Amino acid sequence: MRFVDEFRDADKARALSAKITSLCEPGRRYKFMEVCGGHTHTIYKHGLEDYLPENIQLVHGPGCPVCVIPMGRVDDSIHIARQPDVLMTSFGDMMRVPGSGGNFFDSNAEGTNIRMVYSPLDSLKIARQNPDLRVVFMAIGFETTTPSTAMTVLRAAQEGLTNFSVFCNHVTIIPAIKAILDSPDLRLDGFIGPGHVSTVIGCRPYEFISRDYGKPLVVAGFEPLDILQSIYMLMLQLTQNRSEVENQYTRVVPWNGNAVALHAMSEVMELRPYFEWRGLGFITHSAMRIREKYASYDAERIFSLPGVRVADPKACQCGEVLKGVLKPWECKVFGTACTPETPIGTCMVSPEGACAAYYNFGRFSRSRVREASLHEHA
Amino acid sequence: MCLGIPGEIIEINRDQPDLAKVSVSGVKRTINIGLLEDDPPLPGDWILIHVGFALSKIDESEAQAVLDFLEGIGQSYEDELAALRDSSIE
Ligand code: SF4
Repeated sequence: MRFVDEFRDADKARALSAKITSLCEPGRRYKFMEVCGGHTHTIYKHGLEDYLPENIQLVHGPGCPVCVIPMGRVDDSIHIARQPDVLMTSFGDMMRVPGSGGNFFDSNAEGTNIRMVYSPLDSLKIARQNPDLRVVFMAIGFETTTPSTAMTVLRAAQEGLTNFSVFCNHVTIIPAIKAILDSPDLRLDGFIGPGHVSTVIGCRPYEFISRDYGKPLVVAGFEPLDILQSIYMLMLQLTQNRSEVENQYTRVVPWNGNAVALHAMSEVMELRPYFEWRGLGFITHSAMRIREKYASYDAERIFSLPGVRVADPKACQCGEVLKGVLKPWECKVFGTACTPETPIGTCMVSPEGACAAYYNFGRFSRSRVREASLHEHA
Repeated sequence: MCLGIPGEIIEINRDQPDLAKVSVSGVKRTINIGLLEDDPPLPGDWILIHVGFALSKIDESEAQAVLDFLEGIGQSYEDELAALRDSSIE
């Protein structure tokens, strides 16, 4: 088995790596957070840390939507699924996310009907075909998927479907980044900004990071070279004493985002006053709910929810991992009690979760990482 | 679920112009293109698809680069394609 895949353009990567190294001030250590789980996946998969000088450390951020769903919301979903005539749908990634009494698969073994769908629109078809069932789409995701849910609600309304609703768990990336910037445990030098979220929201919403916190952010694509290129752009900003929002992923991300998507979102949804994130606690204005105007499509209004807040399992250190304070392997149960087959925490469930990404690929480049951590703890 | 997968538009649905048939690594399915209504894609155009919705237009070389990349990541892309295969948006 090859450990770290040599990717196309490994030569270019080495050249970039040399340019990055040449910008490092001797004796200074740099910490950049990649906000998005897709980036975390690429970094581990391709062993990108091996291309970086030792004094640059990548810290994984909270941008994995499955990872941040708190136990209580999983329990609430199962509660809805248990109501008479309910058929629940959700994305495949959600199925193994643990709630306090088990995950969706466990719940189905006890009689609920929770099905995986590829798209929220698939739930509409299920609703049309099963007029005597109440179909509830359990929606998760950042701004990449939120417009899809909004468009689905608009479509349901247009068709006048009466047996379809959404259990809305959409979260927004900006308040999470702000919470991390305000947290005292972490000193960051800059951010690798999420690519696909930015296709929707554009680059402007990040401007407060450079303006108010003096940190650079570079929106990046998902290929290994994109990430190295964005690290180079971050380093360049730091050496030139700039802190700006830059877009490395112009091939896909327009500076102003997608106006149609933003409009659909704000038509159907509004910000919640606060929302609980797994491991991070309550963050104000960090999630969306369905507007009153579309109340008949809002599962939270249709079903009364227990809404009980459930503390994360004691052993679980996902909060620290999501904030970038701990590296996955530093969690006490990593790879022993907590594996992708038997996840204790959410970061082990989704392939975009830092723990799963590291479990699947990262251990192969562990020597490098071990060196780095020895260095840190020395 | 967070993967953006590239697809080529094969045809636009005549009765519902916000739906289009696309081909993704040989899998042909219907997806929604309503989010691109400001600059609607035409047959032959490439798009990046998230959970059944086209979120952005891309050029062919970008589509190829993304495909190579996704094929390289293995399991998660296969899972995504399997999910797409089961999808039937209408
Ligand atoms: S190893 Fe498991 S419990 Fe620990 S942080 Fe990762 S997902 Fe959470």
